Amino acid sequence: MRPGKMFGEILCSLFKKPATNMYPAEKLDMPKNFRGKIVFDPAKCIGCKLCMKDCPSGAITINKVGEKQFEAVIDLSKCIYCAQCVDSCPKKALEATKEVELAQLDIKKLKVVFGANPKSDAKE
Amino acid sequence: MREEEKFKIPIGPQHPALKEPENFSLALKGEKIMGVEIRLGYNHRGIEKAAEARTYVQDVYLLERVCGICSHAHSTCFVQAVEEIAGAQVPKRALYIRTLIAELERIHSHLLWLGVAGHEIGFDTLLMYTWRDREIVMDILALLTGNRVNYGINTLGGVRRDINKEEIETINNGVDILEERTKYYIEVATQETTIIKRLSGVGILSREDALELDAVGPTARASGVKRDIRHDDPYAAYAEIDFNVITDDHSDVYGRTVVRVKELMEAYKIVRQCLKDMPDGPITVKVPRKIPVGEAISRYEAPRGEDVHFVKSNGTEYPERVKVRAPTLANLRAVKHMLKDRFLADMPIVVAAIDPCFSCTDRLISVENNGSRDKQFLTWEALRNYSIEWHRDKGIDFTELNKNFRKRLGSI
Repeated sequence: MRPGKMFGEILCSLFKKPATNMYPAEKLDMPKNFRGKIVFDPAKCIGCKLCMKDCPSGAITINKVGEKQFEAVIDLSKCIYCAQCVDSCPKKALEATKEVELAQLDIKKLKVVFGANPKSDAKE
Repeated sequence: MREEEKFKIPIGPQHPALKEPENFSLALKGEKIMGVEIRLGYNHRGIEKAAEARTYVQDVYLLERVCGICSHAHSTCFVQAVEEIAGAQVPKRALYIRTLIAELERIHSHLLWLGVAGHEIGFDTLLMYTWRDREIVMDILALLTGNRVNYGINTLGGVRRDINKEEIETINNGVDILEERTKYYIEVATQETTIIKRLSGVGILSREDALELDAVGPTARASGVKRDIRHDDPYAAYAEIDFNVITDDHSDVYGRTVVRVKELMEAYKIVRQCLKDMPDGPITVKVPRKIPVGEAISRYEAPRGEDVHFVKSNGTEYPERVKVRAPTLANLRAVKHMLKDRFLADMPIVVAAIDPCFSCTDRLISVENNGSRDKQFLTWEALRNYSIEWHRDKGIDFTELNKNFRKRLGSI
């Protein structure tokens, strides 16, 4: 038995750099397989709605807006970021990005609509 | 002793010594605990019922969220049961990846526990260092699965993400550093006077009591009971892996600390073996959406002990019944025994020593009418009206607020 066993470690740590990062001034890269905000490519969607069926929290809705044209509404406040929809999609129309900073002051902004027209950007 | 000589002190549901809401009612005589009553149910989330309303694919993610620390334990346990009913032959590589993630999870859970235990006995230096080192394994988990917690690696019939050579190298490097650090923690735990003096003889659970009270996991192993599902009933790839079941005969909180730090060393060994022996091949096999009629029990050695899932299917896409028995529930009876005749000041560390996870444990609500056995059931609407009336009697009226809330919800 020996008291102060960690004392040496504590003294060493005095001269080391901090173990923490200065977030948000300094941002970390997300890992390769990271599951962040889901984005939708309307050009690839065939409207099978498998993503809607498999979503554990009912966060994604696919609406038919015209002949072979579909739009996706993703509720970011419901999404649990499991990316099951990405796995379920047979045409790879959905993709998980590395975007993590999704907090909003306005609840309406958490509902993201990916329009059916691929030329117009996703409006929030 | 007469009843009135005891002083009853409630600890929880909100208390600085507890990390989760749970109620311990302690009967005290002076500083000594004479009796313990544990009241569960403050954290009941109705996950089992929710699982019945979701498909098997959705349930994998729902059950993963039973616990934040041992999320892989719960999702694997559920997936194993469903695969057994469906008769799916999971590829070897998938089983090895599951084992690998399971051991990495055990490393992060045990390091977390070591820090929490340090914090509970006022040794916050240990908390800071173990949690700093825990970041290494958290980063490895994030690299492999895409997330630090709730890995989402399991799917019915296999795993969702493969491992490549670079990742194997990163894991090996990380594990080397962690092994070095763990050797240091073993030294600290076995030599540091404050730890030994504070933890020895606290929360004693003899071997006979551990067997009688059905203790599981490190709590049982620290009392000399060689009980480990990985060894007794191997699942995933554990049958092909060589490892030792760590036991200790201190039978107190100190013994539980020793078991956990030594288990860390075993976990590094298993991780290295998994990486070395991992066969090539596919990582998933197709499992039909509709699971045939059947039922299965699946057991899994979570970091905290044996986790049991029971799944009953009825031939549709939805399970008929899912039952979860989290390890904390099995250990709670032992806690009651450990607290008896001990000092009040030992309570936080004795409870923390089983590594409790109360929200995993809270499963069942039984309504009893003033202790009598006739149960009164209210319909949802009647319960709602009762609540509105109850608040109105107290002078709180939510009618206006409700209207405004509805209006705001409607406008979205």
